[in-house]
Amino acid sequence: MDLLTPELGLFFWTLIAFLIVFFILAKFAWKPILSILGDREKGIADAIASAEKMKGEMSQMKSENEKLMAQAHEERTAMLKEAKDIKDRIINEAKEIAKTEANKIIMEAQAQINQQKNAAMTEVKNEIGTLALEVAEKILRKQLNSSEGQEAYMNMLANDIKLN
Amino acid sequence: MRCKSLFSLLVMAFGLFCLVNPTLAQEAVEGHEPAGVVAAEPAKKEGINVTELVFGHVADSHEWHFFELGTTPVAFPLPMILYTEEGLKIMSSGHFEEWHKVGDKNVSNSHEGVHLEKGMKEKVVADNGSTVYDFSITKNVLSMIISVILILWIMLSVAKKYKAGGSTKAPSGFQNALESAIVFIRDEVAIPNLGKKKYMSYMPMLLTVFFFIWINNLLGLLPGGANFTGNIAVTLCLSVISFIVMVVRANGHFWGHLLNPPGVPTGVKFILVPIEIISLFIKPVALTIRLFANMLAGHIVILCVISMIFIFGALSKYAGIGFIPVSLAFSIFMFTLELLVAAIQAFIFTNLTSVFIGAAIEEGHHEEGVDHEHNDKIEIIA
Repeated sequence: MDLLTPELGLFFWTLIAFLIVFFILAKFAWKPILSILGDREKGIADAIASAEKMKGEMSQMKSENEKLMAQAHEERTAMLKEAKDIKDRIINEAKEIAKTEANKIIMEAQAQINQQKNAAMTEVKNEIGTLALEVAEKILRKQLNSSEGQEAYMNMLANDIKLN
Repeated sequence: MRCKSLFSLLVMAFGLFCLVNPTLAQEAVEGHEPAGVVAAEPAKKEGINVTELVFGHVADSHEWHFFELGTTPVAFPLPMILYTEEGLKIMSSGHFEEWHKVGDKNVSNSHEGVHLEKGMKEKVVADNGSTVYDFSITKNVLSMIISVILILWIMLSVAKKYKAGGSTKAPSGFQNALESAIVFIRDEVAIPNLGKKKYMSYMPMLLTVFFFIWINNLLGLLPGGANFTGNIAVTLCLSVISFIVMVVRANGHFWGHLLNPPGVPTGVKFILVPIEIISLFIKPVALTIRLFANMLAGHIVILCVISMIFIFGALSKYAGIGFIPVSLAFSIFMFTLELLVAAIQAFIFTNLTSVFIGAAIEEGHHEEGVDHEHNDKIEIIA
């Protein structure tokens, strides 16, 4: 039971020492340590939160970028398609125009050829006609130089008349 | 597996020895005592008085005794501050050198009207029987002063490091070790018991209690160290402080539940209210006894195990030498266990303090995550 009786002196000194330690530590140790610990934890939590937010923003930006890319791609395709269409149309139109132009030229050429051919033919015919006339004249002149020739010719003419 | 069972067998054997040995030693002493002082003397020469040795080590003393060189003790005297009917007296304990046995007590020579009496504890007694108030710087007080210097030095240097580093610098070195303890007290002791809103104002007290007990526990384990936290005056002082904090901070809800429990029939109230009042005072008593008994028991067990060498040595020289490895193994085991107990008891004291304060400051509605069942469990286990 002796062991269980607290000594007054030790109790007194413990109380004083504890209170001194408590007040000194509370003011000069625990207060700064706890506040810095709290600050640091808050800072870390904030940093994590902002990083998380940044990540969200980044992913949003990325999806926006992707959307823009897709849009650009689409636009490019549309533009290419349009350009191709325009090209085709222009080519077709040009072809069409060229065709008509060529046809026109051909027609004109043909007409000209025909015209010149006709003219040439006419000329040739006239020439031949003149030549034939000249030949016939010459032949006639020669044949009709003699009396028998004249007679024969007359006979022939008469025969022709008879026959008619 | 075999190794493990062998180990537990050893532990059991050691437990039995501890139970048996002090009793044996005591019986040996008591057996001789009825024959008187003369008969006690040869008993002392034969072997060692384990009871005296153990209690001499765990009890407070007016001198710091380290060891005996042959027959001369290596110890230094400590200042004595006494308040007697003649007024304040300050002297050195070196004046009390001659001891003689009176009954089962060792009594010293008289100096300035007082003398020392050493039973289980050392007491200052006035020669004329008047009351003496002893405020001496005893071994425990000196050990506490050393621990206070140590605590202040550690904490203030760490606080300086915190201030220098600010909140953006990661902790380093000893600061890191301390920070885990501080964060542990905050997150595992203060916040769960006191709630997130109120815990901050109790943190300095809980941290001081925790480190005060822990560092003193560890200092007590050093060879030659004082058994400071294994002294009931110390644990009583600490629990009185936590009891005062609890009572001062208790709110109306707590007193209402204590003195007029709602929803209880009037007849039952007559039984319940006294029990509640008793339980209020049992809390600090439980705190006192728990820390005191744990630390004292640890010291006694280690001392008993060490003493076994000398007990066997008294039987036969070879038995004593043969027992050295066993005794050493047990004491190393006990020392490591005590290292653990030093931290655990500091934690339990702090935790129960915060549980009691938590119960006293709790509001009517159960918010802030205060977990009563959990707390009750801790109290039972501890």
